Parts: sequence; C-alpha cells; structure tokens
Amino acid sequence: MIDKFVATPAQALADLRDGATVMIGGFGNAGMPAELIDALIAQGARELTIVNNNAGNGDTGLAALLKAKRVRKILCSFPRQVDSWHFDALYRAGELELELVPQGTLAERIRAAGAGIGAFYTPTAFGTRLAEGKETRRIGDRDYVLEYPIHADYALIKADRADRWGNLVYRKSARNFGPIMAAAAKCTVVQVRETVELGALDPEAVVTPGIFVKRVVKVVPAQRKAA
Amino acid sequence: MKKLDRKQMAARVARDIPEGAYVNLGIGLPTLVADYLPKGREIILHSENGILGIGPKPPAGEDDEDLINAGKEPVTLLTGGCYFHHADSFAMIRGRHLDFAVLGAFQVSAQGDLANWHTGAPDAIPAVGGAMDLAVGAKKVVVMMEHLTKQGESKIVERCTYPLTGARCVDRIYTDLAVIDVKADGLHVVETVEGLSFEELQRLTGVPLKRLASAA
Repeated sequence: MIDKFVATPAQALADLRDGATVMIGGFGNAGMPAELIDALIAQGARELTIVNNNAGNGDTGLAALLKAKRVRKILCSFPRQVDSWHFDALYRAGELELELVPQGTLAERIRAAGAGIGAFYTPTAFGTRLAEGKETRRIGDRDYVLEYPIHADYALIKADRADRWGNLVYRKSARNFGPIMAAAAKCTVVQVRETVELGALDPEAVVTPGIFVKRVVKVVPAQRKAA
Repeated sequence: MKKLDRKQMAARVARDIPEGAYVNLGIGLPTLVADYLPKGREIILHSENGILGIGPKPPAGEDDEDLINAGKEPVTLLTGGCYFHHADSFAMIRGRHLDFAVLGAFQVSAQGDLANWHTGAPDAIPAVGGAMDLAVGAKKVVVMMEHLTKQGESKIVERCTYPLTGARCVDRIYTDLAVIDVKADGLHVVETVEGLSFEELQRLTGVPLKRLASAA
C-alpha cells in the first residue's frame, strides 16, 4: 500500500544531508512551509543551497535558517525586503553567495528541471547585467539568453490538502512555486493543513499529481508557531 | 503649470486601459492605477505570484495570508478570477498574453531602454523580481514615473546610466508633466499638463522631443 504520510516534519527531513540543494516554496509568507523550515533548522544540515523567490523576512522561517548560518548559497529573484536584515548582513559580510535570477527565469528553470528539459532560450534579461557571460542567440527577430534547469535534492512546500498517494490541492496564491518545485526535486516533502481519504480530492481539480510527491506531513494549526 | 500628483498620474494611466485588457501593475506607484480604472470597464489585473482577476483590498480584519499581490499586500479575488502556479504566471508574461504592463522607472532612454531594478550603487543589494520578464513580455510596456529626479534631473535620458531592466522595451512614458510615446524615430509628446508648453517640457527633458502631429 502506498502511504506517503509521515508523522512529523522531523521524520520527513531526517535523511537530508549537508551540502544539499533545497527548494523552499512560498512567495513572501504565502505558501511558505514554516514548520518544515523549523524542522530543517532543528535537523542541523549545513552548507545548503537554497532556492526560493525571496531571502527570508523578519526573524523566522528562511530568515532563521540564514541566521543559523546553514546556507552557503541562495538562488532567488528578490532578496531585498524591508525586513530581510539577516540576508542583508550575511550578504554584505560575504558569508552568503547570491545568484540573482529574474523571477520568470527562476520559475522556468525550476519547471525545466522537473520536465526533463536540458536548457532553454528566454528573452528575459537579454542586454542586461544578469545575462553577462551567458550564451545568447538570435531566433527570428528576437534575442534570447540560454538558461539551464535548477535541480534540487529536496523541495519543501506547503499545500492545503493531500491524500496518501500525495495528490495535492493548494489554497489561493499560496500555490505559487509549489507545483513546479514538487516536480524539480528528487525528494518533495509537503506540509498540509489537512489529509484526506483517497478519492476525496476531485480528480479534475488535483493540482500536483502524487507522482511528484514523496512525503506528506499534516501540520495541525495548534502546532503552528507565530509567523 | 499644474504638475500631476501621484493619484492624478494613476488616473491618467488608467484612462488609457481599454475594456477587456489583461494588465500587470508593477509594485509601488503603478499599483495605484488599480484604484482609478474606469467604472464599467471589465479589466483583468494579473499578479506575478499567480492571480488573474485581483479585486480591491479586503476590509480591515479580513486579510487572508494566502491571498496577496506581488507587493505582498493583501488583496481579494474578483468573481471569475483564478489562481495558477509561477511557471504559468510567467508564461502569461513572456508569452505575450498580457496587454499592458505598467512599470515604475529610475530612467528611460530615448530608445525605450528601461532601468528600474538597480541603482548601480556598489553596496546596494540587488533585487529584480519579475521586472525583466514584464519588460520583454507584455504587448505594451508603459512607464509611470516623475519626470525629474529630486535633484531636478531628467529621468528621460539619452542613455541609461543605471543598469538596464530591458533594452528598447518601453512603448509609452507617463510622467507628472507629460505623456510621451517612444517610437523608432524618437520621442513623441502626446500631451503636456495644463500650463506647460512644448518648449518648456523640452527644456526640462534631457533628450530631443518631437511634437506629435495627431494625439494618440
């Protein structure tokens, strides 16, 4: 019997090693898998490469992971926020490598990894400093930049509901990077608000099919910490 | 002359967005345009984080942390609106499905180059978000900005000195002084604010302007 449900966030991340590349879902706080990030901090893995749209806010979640100095490199599109002080300090001190990627290129590089695409040409960033050193090509009447997929060892994402096969539905704009990160990682771990019986999710409305998901942890609201 | 304030600039941009348009409003000043869209026109606002059909801000106390716009502010969803993931969202942008992107800017060049993501300062923390995708992807890219910097320098320049967001991507510039179209043969003034002559606008602007024969 397939059963992807795991009892706790800690169990779900027990085999994550130093040096891993970890995608973390969320755009700002929407879709941020806060309890999985807490478990990653507690787990202790170091020298991580993190892929997220941002670089943490305030003192919790991804910002706390950075503050604990577990991250060697971050790939993101928008690190600078009014409350990104942990990122700012580490970046300025040269303790954190940043690969700044335009948001759509970030999304497409993640999608390409999950879809088995070797590389792709995008018009985004042509003629800008974010395309410096990259291969370019004129196709038709437009100029494009060659971009490569981003593969990950783990994806930590948040969905709303899941069944034991790992089929997922999301909630509102919290979906953001979840579906594409799920496909791009070798081991996708999902925290959900609710687990349901097989058949309870409308097959027409499943957003992420379970084939992309390895582990599902239900996070009950009572265990939630203030964001 | 009567300079437009931020709200008047937003209303001026909003006036040009037609019925049925799919529109992305950039963070900051462009977001204000949403408040001035003409009543009676059905216009669908897109947000990079995966929303089509953004509605007004929720009433106080009814924020939903799972429903935010690209500026991470709480929003609502119009009836008929929908959600999608990030790769689909940027397929809409790069794939030329959006009719308008309204973006803020530090500088726009006479050729329509846009600089709006980085001041170029060595200690600045760079952040680009979806700006470069919007610049190359929307069918029509319009910029909304003050005409002059706080020091009184023209933000319309011969060549951008700040790092580029996109090359030759801007179609129209809305400022607090004028509306200017970027065309292959240069910058055409569509209109100026009340009490501002073409000659005075030219004096304030860093590059040669043309009078538009017939206003668009």
